[in-house]
Amino acid sequence: MTTETAALLEPRREVGVLSLGDAALRWKAEHPGGRAIACYPVYAPTEVIHAAGMLPMALLGGGTTVELTHADARFQSFVCSIAKSSLELGFQDLVRGVDGFVFSNICDVARNLSSVWARNFSDTFVEYLHLPQNSTSSESSQYLASELRRLASRFAEAFGAPVTDDALRRSIATWNAVRARIRALYALRIDSPEKLPITEFFVALRAATRTAPEESLLRLDALLDTASRRTERPRDRIRVVIEGAFCEQPPPGLLEILEESGCYVVEDDLFLGWRWFTDDVSTDGDPFERLAVAYLDRGVASSTRHEGRQHRSLGVIEKVRRARADAVVFLLPKFCEPALFDYVLIKQGLEREHVPQLVVEFEEKMWTFERTRNEIETFVESMLFD
Amino acid sequence: MTAESTGTKDRKYEGGVHEKSRELMSAWMGEVGRAEAEHRATAALMISGNCVELLRACHVLPLFPEVTALQAAIRHKSLPLIQRAEQAGYSSDNCAYVKADIGLYLDGGMGPGKPIPFPTVTVCNYVGCNVYVKWFEHLADVSGSKLFMLDVPFLRTTEPSEADVRYVVKQIEELIALLECVSGHKMDIDELREILAHSARAEDGYARCKHLCKRTPAPFDAYFDAINMMGPINVLRGTREAAEFFDDAVREFEDLATRGVGPLPEERFRTVVEGPPPYPYYKSFRNLFAKWGAVAVQSTYSTVGGIWEWGFRHDPRRPLESIAEQMLRENLTNRSIVARYQQIKRYVEEWNADALVIHSVKSCRLFSAGQGDMREYFTKELGVPTLLVESDLEDPRYYSEAQLKNRIDAFFESLEHKKLVASGGHR
Ligand code: SF4
Ligand code: SF4
Repeated sequence: MTTETAALLEPRREVGVLSLGDAALRWKAEHPGGRAIACYPVYAPTEVIHAAGMLPMALLGGGTTVELTHADARFQSFVCSIAKSSLELGFQDLVRGVDGFVFSNICDVARNLSSVWARNFSDTFVEYLHLPQNSTSSESSQYLASELRRLASRFAEAFGAPVTDDALRRSIATWNAVRARIRALYALRIDSPEKLPITEFFVALRAATRTAPEESLLRLDALLDTASRRTERPRDRIRVVIEGAFCEQPPPGLLEILEESGCYVVEDDLFLGWRWFTDDVSTDGDPFERLAVAYLDRGVASSTRHEGRQHRSLGVIEKVRRARADAVVFLLPKFCEPALFDYVLIKQGLEREHVPQLVVEFEEKMWTFERTRNEIETFVESMLFD
Repeated sequence: MTAESTGTKDRKYEGGVHEKSRELMSAWMGEVGRAEAEHRATAALMISGNCVELLRACHVLPLFPEVTALQAAIRHKSLPLIQRAEQAGYSSDNCAYVKADIGLYLDGGMGPGKPIPFPTVTVCNYVGCNVYVKWFEHLADVSGSKLFMLDVPFLRTTEPSEADVRYVVKQIEELIALLECVSGHKMDIDELREILAHSARAEDGYARCKHLCKRTPAPFDAYFDAINMMGPINVLRGTREAAEFFDDAVREFEDLATRGVGPLPEERFRTVVEGPPPYPYYKSFRNLFAKWGAVAVQSTYSTVGGIWEWGFRHDPRRPLESIAEQMLRENLTNRSIVARYQQIKRYVEEWNADALVIHSVKSCRLFSAGQGDMREYFTKELGVPTLLVESDLEDPRYYSEAQLKNRIDAFFESLEHKKLVASGGHR
């Protein structure tokens, strides 16, 4: 890392390692009277939260920072780590400062978690969104618009924070700008992956999920500027797409190993909800409807959404092509139904297209990477030297 | 008391209901097997909160992959199918129902010329279970059939919103258009009303049977025996035969209740059971409870297709709306796990149960994720004795008889002790 990038990223790393509650409190200290709403993956209705004058955040589990002392009595051993460690954050009061939580229908675990959360922490705001799985019904967009309106009216009820159409239009514009910067950073990595390693990018993106968008814009701009000017020498590595880590976050050590073992990560599905739309959401007309239509028609391919109009593997194949990737590395969270099911159809699609692939299973608390390092190295060597 | 002394060891839990249910279900399977030769349009459908009436009214024969999967398990044929799917890339952590179904296809047991044909259309009634979406995407992929996603918003407030109902009704209309297209039969709304009247009669019968289990002894086991009614209520609902089946079932159970006859020689414990059964070891599992004279007087699994005991019925006067309401609200799977706590609480109170048994299955996170919290609620907050045991509904590798037996025996021993103390029979 150059000194300039290090200077930029160090404060972002600090934001990322704070407990979610502390990150919220820190923001609130600068915004007296402000409120913070955390969204469990994948899609985050950032615009609606922001338009209500609140800070949208991501609830991404406890990673390696929290020991399970309560949550493993609530959720069994065959449940993914992020669900348990997120609940544990609640039990250990590490989310104090966060005023509300939003879950959606990504899987059965998240669905049950939302109501178990509401039961155990009955004084917090919890909302469950049902996002459409039918993308083609003539009623889908109206339905989703009404679901987003319902969320807004819940904010008004609970916090006296109404969402006006104008405020929502402004929020859409702000988040369009943030997403445009993120897209630019992805484009930079596709073009010159040596300029912004995934380990650094991960820090920046994670911090963006707990920072007000106005500040994120400045930070991301600065990163784009510094990274573009970097003069790293490209190495002899393979270019890979990461798939499967859309909800539970891979341990940063695993991403490091990927790079050290000879991969440039040129595309991924990390923090997908924070860059959901593939291009700008329109700021004309009814903003709730605009968001709904964009969700359905311009949403990223995700394992937690049934697109219906194309084969499950096409989203990944398209990413491989666009990012000029050599291979796909499936980072699959242990016990994650959507990731593990989709793996089969995506794998078959990639085989038809002759795209090499490697599977790595992970858990939040994974701490030894040696075996994984060997597997990745062997895979990379087979690709570089065959 | 031992199993031998209660005479349950080799007991057959059979009655007229079981026999008739088998007959009806075999007749349906026979129809499924002939569908291709007879050029009948078929549609795959899920059990939970289903809309089978629409298929009937459009002259499309329903296929239920969940039923095929559970039959494979009960006949001890699921493991090779699961393994076949795992060889193809499915994880050992994926729902084994799906794996058994896909394994059947990979094994050549499903498809043209097979007893289980490919569906003409795959209708995913996405009611609660998120795995359904995956399962039917995969089924549509292997069978090359068109997939229709009937997205039913999860019940996130006590009542579905107007937007929820509108969204579901609209999709139902779109589904009807598709079904008419595949069968070439234009749906007649009066025929649908007639079908719904049969449904309502069956629902009424099923509910009356369940209410009869409030009697002591309960005339049947509302977990293990209810399975024989779940076929007719979820798969055959809407037919005259299913309605008559339930008329007969009510008569049979009323008679048993009047005579004070239950499924076991003696009803010593009344339980409510939560979670699906371990189909690969159905009878062995049942015996573990029967030896203690434990009878399930209510179960949540018996309500995955619909909760009828609290009065909801399909309404021929409001055909599409009542189908939508049933899918949205009147079934277990589309309600939150915490709403399920209230369902169980009501069962424990109104059916006068001594204990709650949670059978936590690895495959089905819809049911199981969070059941530890459920146990906390019932033991700590309500003081209901609660047993939590783990295995699987489809994968025999997760069934450990010795371990289950130890836990079940220890639980009922302690329950027996508590009962004795409470009755002053023991100091
Ligand atoms: S990691 Fe997978 S299973 Fe767990 S909550 Fe996220 S999507 Fe659901
Ligand atoms: S997760 Fe449960 S409800 Fe869903 S398909 Fe599997 S067994 Fe059925």
